[in-house]
Amino acid sequence: MKQLMRFKINGEWVEAAVLPNTTLLNFLRDGLGITSVKRGCDEGDCGACTVLVNGKGVASCSTLAAQVQGKEIITVEGLSKGGVLSPYQQAFVDEFAIQCGFCTPGMVLSVVALLDENPNPTEAEIRDYLRGNICRCTGYTNIINAVYRAQELLKESGK
Amino acid sequence: MSVKTMKPFEYHAPLSIKELLGLLDEYQEKAVIIAGGTDVVPKLKGRVLAPDHVVDISGIKELSYLKYDEEDGLRIGSALTLKQLEASEIVRDNYPALYQGSSSIASTQIRNVATIVGNICNAVPSADSAPSLLVLGAKVRILSSEGERLIPIEEFFTGVCRTVLKRNEVVTELQIPAPAQGYKSVYYSHTARRALDLAMVGVAVGGIVEAGVCKEVKIGLGAVAITPKRAYEAEKLLIGKQLTKELIEEAAECACMNDCAPITDMRATSEYRREMVRVLTRNGLCEIAGL
Repeated sequence: MKQLMRFKINGEWVEAAVLPNTTLLNFLRDGLGITSVKRGCDEGDCGACTVLVNGKGVASCSTLAAQVQGKEIITVEGLSKGGVLSPYQQAFVDEFAIQCGFCTPGMVLSVVALLDENPNPTEAEIRDYLRGNICRCTGYTNIINAVYRAQELLKESGK
Repeated sequence: MSVKTMKPFEYHAPLSIKELLGLLDEYQEKAVIIAGGTDVVPKLKGRVLAPDHVVDISGIKELSYLKYDEEDGLRIGSALTLKQLEASEIVRDNYPALYQGSSSIASTQIRNVATIVGNICNAVPSADSAPSLLVLGAKVRILSSEGERLIPIEEFFTGVCRTVLKRNEVVTELQIPAPAQGYKSVYYSHTARRALDLAMVGVAVGGIVEAGVCKEVKIGLGAVAITPKRAYEAEKLLIGKQLTKELIEEAAECACMNDCAPITDMRATSEYRREMVRVLTRNGLCEIAGL
């Protein structure tokens, strides 16, 4: 039986009737049409389905929607403001850290969480933190560069 | 690729231990407990598990804690996430093997919500937290409406994904004694990739070596038997002896030949796993002996 659940998604409270056997991934994609959240491996190993729950990266494919009731969920749709990309997104563009783009939404969100936890990470810390986001195209070098670029852009914007 | 679906179930999020025990009594084998859900949710999708009730303990505040004092040692509540455990300086400073084991697990996204208690309750032979808990002398506190029991981690695992837990029981806490003066510990997870890989072999070594003499030693092995286990035979060779390179080689040989029974699977052959038990046991013993 469906249960009434509340979530704060990209800044807005959403109330929906959801079956308890629904993953957060399926709820976001099929229930709300938020398709930046990708289904990759579907078992928590690839990071393409990463969303932020109360600021922390979570594998939405391995999380029940029911588990995050009352919490704040951010997807990349929630990062840009008024059509302007956030520093994290702009950094990926500036550094050509995207090829096919499938891993990118999850990767960008992990970078948001990383720089929030650790504003000045070493390369080793970046690689360890992002180890749950698999990219099959870029070989990671430009993604690492995008993290450094995001730091610069954040400093410039005074955040 | 087809999207896997879960069997319908009812979701419960108790807010207290009392409420939790009531649910477990009511639903028994029809209920599955989750904390982060990172092991259970994929199993629900594959219908490896098909419970009628899913009981989420992550909202029980009285299970989310990490306490330490020199008398009682470390107490880890079953709703404490791996990331919270790793953030503790007490864990990093006093229980390095535990820190290494915990941080070897999966990824940031998983460790943000997964718990160390969940890692042992899932009870895969390669559970990265298990070898370190074996060498650190951990005990598992188990609760049901009928009472409480405290069992050594050595007796907790009974087979692949099997534990001593009965249907209306829940693990509430891990207890790890305060490390004795001079106690050192280390954990190695041997994987093909650095990221998101299950251990082919996991070896933890802990002990006290004074003036080259082995006063105390424990060796914990993962992924080389149907459960994580101690290498008792190898430990016996070392206790009370001068830790020479030769003796360490002998103990490492014993650990890989007598203390484990590895299988061949897609991650490694049995022979390779034995060889890695030898190498990592030797490295661990050299590390705690300062050789």
